Amino acid sequence: MIKNDNNNNNYKINYQSIAGSSSSSLKNGETLSVLFTGVGGQGIILATTVLANAAINAGYDVKVSEVHGMAQRGGSVEGSVRIGKKVFSPTINSADFIVALEKLEALRYARKLKEGGFMLVSDYSIYPSTVFSGDVSYPENAEEMLFKFTENFFFINAVEKAKNLGNTRVSNTIMVGALSLMMPFGQDCWLDAIKDSVPGKALQINIEAFKSGRDFLK
Amino acid sequence: MADKLENKKNFMLLTGNEAIARAAYEAGVSVATAYPGTPSTEILENISKYKSIYCQWSVNEKVALEVASGASIAGSRTLVAMKHVGLNVAADPFMTLSYTGVTGGLVIINADDPFMHSSQNEQDNRFYAKFAKVPLLEPSDSQEALDMVKDAFDISERFDTPVLVRTTTRISHSRSLVNINPVTEVTPVKYVKNAQKFVMIPAYGRQRHHFVLERWEKLQKLSELDIYHRVHEPEGSRKNKTLFKHTGIITSGVSFQYAREVFDNIAILKLNMTNPVCKGAIASFTEGKKLIIVIEELEPFLEEHIRLLNLKADIAGKEFFPAYGELGTRALEEAYSRLFGREVYTSNAERGKAGQRLHSSDTGSAADLKTGNFSDDGINDKSCEISSIINELPPRPPVLCAGCPHRSVFYILKKLKAVVMGDIGCYTLSVLPPLNSLDSCLCMGAGIGQALGMEKANPEFKNRVVSVIGDSTFFHSGITATIDNAYNNGTNLIIVLDNATTAMTGHQDHPGTGKTLGGDSTICLKPEDFAEAAGIKNIQVVDPYKLRKLEAVIKQELARDEMSFIVCRRICVLIEKEKELPVAYIDQHNCRECGQCLKFGCPAIELKDGKYSINSILCTGCGVCVDICKFKAIGTVK
Repeated sequence: MIKNDNNNNNYKINYQSIAGSSSSSLKNGETLSVLFTGVGGQGIILATTVLANAAINAGYDVKVSEVHGMAQRGGSVEGSVRIGKKVFSPTINSADFIVALEKLEALRYARKLKEGGFMLVSDYSIYPSTVFSGDVSYPENAEEMLFKFTENFFFINAVEKAKNLGNTRVSNTIMVGALSLMMPFGQDCWLDAIKDSVPGKALQINIEAFKSGRDFLK
Repeated sequence: MADKLENKKNFMLLTGNEAIARAAYEAGVSVATAYPGTPSTEILENISKYKSIYCQWSVNEKVALEVASGASIAGSRTLVAMKHVGLNVAADPFMTLSYTGVTGGLVIINADDPFMHSSQNEQDNRFYAKFAKVPLLEPSDSQEALDMVKDAFDISERFDTPVLVRTTTRISHSRSLVNINPVTEVTPVKYVKNAQKFVMIPAYGRQRHHFVLERWEKLQKLSELDIYHRVHEPEGSRKNKTLFKHTGIITSGVSFQYAREVFDNIAILKLNMTNPVCKGAIASFTEGKKLIIVIEELEPFLEEHIRLLNLKADIAGKEFFPAYGELGTRALEEAYSRLFGREVYTSNAERGKAGQRLHSSDTGSAADLKTGNFSDDGINDKSCEISSIINELPPRPPVLCAGCPHRSVFYILKKLKAVVMGDIGCYTLSVLPPLNSLDSCLCMGAGIGQALGMEKANPEFKNRVVSVIGDSTFFHSGITATIDNAYNNGTNLIIVLDNATTAMTGHQDHPGTGKTLGGDSTICLKPEDFAEAAGIKNIQVVDPYKLRKLEAVIKQELARDEMSFIVCRRICVLIEKEKELPVAYIDQHNCRECGQCLKFGCPAIELKDGKYSINSILCTGCGVCVDICKFKAIGTVK
């Protein structure tokens, strides 16, 4: 069990040892399932689109599942991407990787992580309205609670990094950058995917955000 | 995959809805209509990007289908899109459209919503195709959505029938790779008057019913063609080949994808056309098999058809798969265990690189089909602990946005202990705590009629019962009910929550916005004018941000012994955030910690460590909460 320090150093060291271990290409019949979770409005659809396009650029088949309509009004949301030589089901019931843009949503979806899977968690809280009016409270000890599910999780201060880049909204792309170290395709696939997925005026900051996420170990 | 790589330029990652829009373009459609409804909304939004297609939001699905029918009679290829419950609204023209048939091809895209991600029921609309005797196609990914919609236009014209294409939420809203083709040139058919085909008086209707029955025979033959079903031979390397050789799966739509992944060792008959059902193809597929597993979401639609064929094989259907919600690989794995053994099943595809697991061999004994014999292995301590953690997490339901103009109306209705007959839209969320406002929500436009029924059934509801309805919903199906209230001497109160858009589905225009789907300027209708035309005397228009005025008006109109109509008018906060509005704050000095402000249910008002505060990032400066605090602890800062 690793306990984190204030600068996420322990996470970085541990992540370093794992990053790249999954980078060999997928064989026939193998599938990678990545689940994104967060709160409506945090940019999950963009994150899934960038990952899907990167996988296509690397020559894989993909399927993406999204949530629209009533589920978007500030509620808990999820999106998923499945990657392989050939993908059938668009939905997943367990994930090789979970990318959580918010800590409570990390906990809510943690049981979907496969044994041996990895979880990247943005070190950020958004309080749901239910904690202000009810008997429930926000889990302030998210890190300890996550250990009940898995030891393979890493906190990333993505919102703080995004703020330093000039826009907190690119925290999603920072998380994608960190995830990219684990995916079986190279940086070119990712950069092309960002160009295809992000509108022109937001391109530069998203590329910076991606690189900042990819460099989070440094 | 190789061909995909070579022609990467022709491949796009599209949702089912985007693929359907592309199909309309490639098929040479010239008219498309819809009323927005999740999960179908983005079909028309994407069609509107193709300038060669005239497209429109209709006031409701019935009118959308009628406009489409007219365009078809005029000779154009026409597409109409709606969600499952929308076809209920359009059922009247739909059923007789089966008799009249078409001139230009007419395709109805029907989007079902298993699990009710954003719907009030999860009805299975495959029965509508059977009911009306029209062909039904069911795509299982975006590529098939494109191919089938294009083919549906050919079927429609060749067999003189409207064609239903049924998607489900996972087809509409999942993305997969699609091969893009150029547009087909279609010459519109010249209009020739044909009363015996299009005027459904009883004498002509009788003739056309015979036509429908003859057409049904032809469609049954069509369904036997190879392109409407496909056998997928097993690829998996599971043991007990003999057992699985005598087993077969019949499925369609997204269920095929789950089946192909989990039951990769069993032959699958995938139906692309599910009405009529290809009896001959099923008979030859099941020949020599001992067990047929029917995998479908919601109702046992295919299963009933298959059971009627009196096959020799046992049939495993709804006793192994739930008749509610969505299927998924998990549900199929459970069924697999119940059918073939108790192992915790992981398919080849789900066994990803990260999570390698041991995979035990099959036990090989088929479960008792009669009882669905299955016992759980028991729940261990760790999963108990995990369940209790998850159960204690605070839920995060969707909420009315900070600054939503609807909130103050429900706050007051709750305060006045009104009985509130609700309707379909964002404001349905007011049923949740802390507003707990609605007493009813049935279907589009229902609340207004329900309010009249309440007061007629029991006079105690006079001066208490209110109906609330959004502007888009009012135009959809609230007008006739308003007339019914006025005509039958109702004395209740109708409140229209007019935020100048169809908000829940993502801000579509309607007759009250002054814009069409194509972006043209047009008339801008006002709900209060309809109330006036219906002879309602007491009509008020108020700004729901003015809490005290709003409360006074609602109180006054509720007390009246005649019909009243209030329009609460304020544009959706997501469309137009007024800039420079001073955000609110709580003066800790004056705060008595009574908690009244939390009962307003605004996501910007927070209670942290026993202190009430307002999140200045979320606050839109609507200022309503200032009037809610009777201790004057809430103020605004420039």
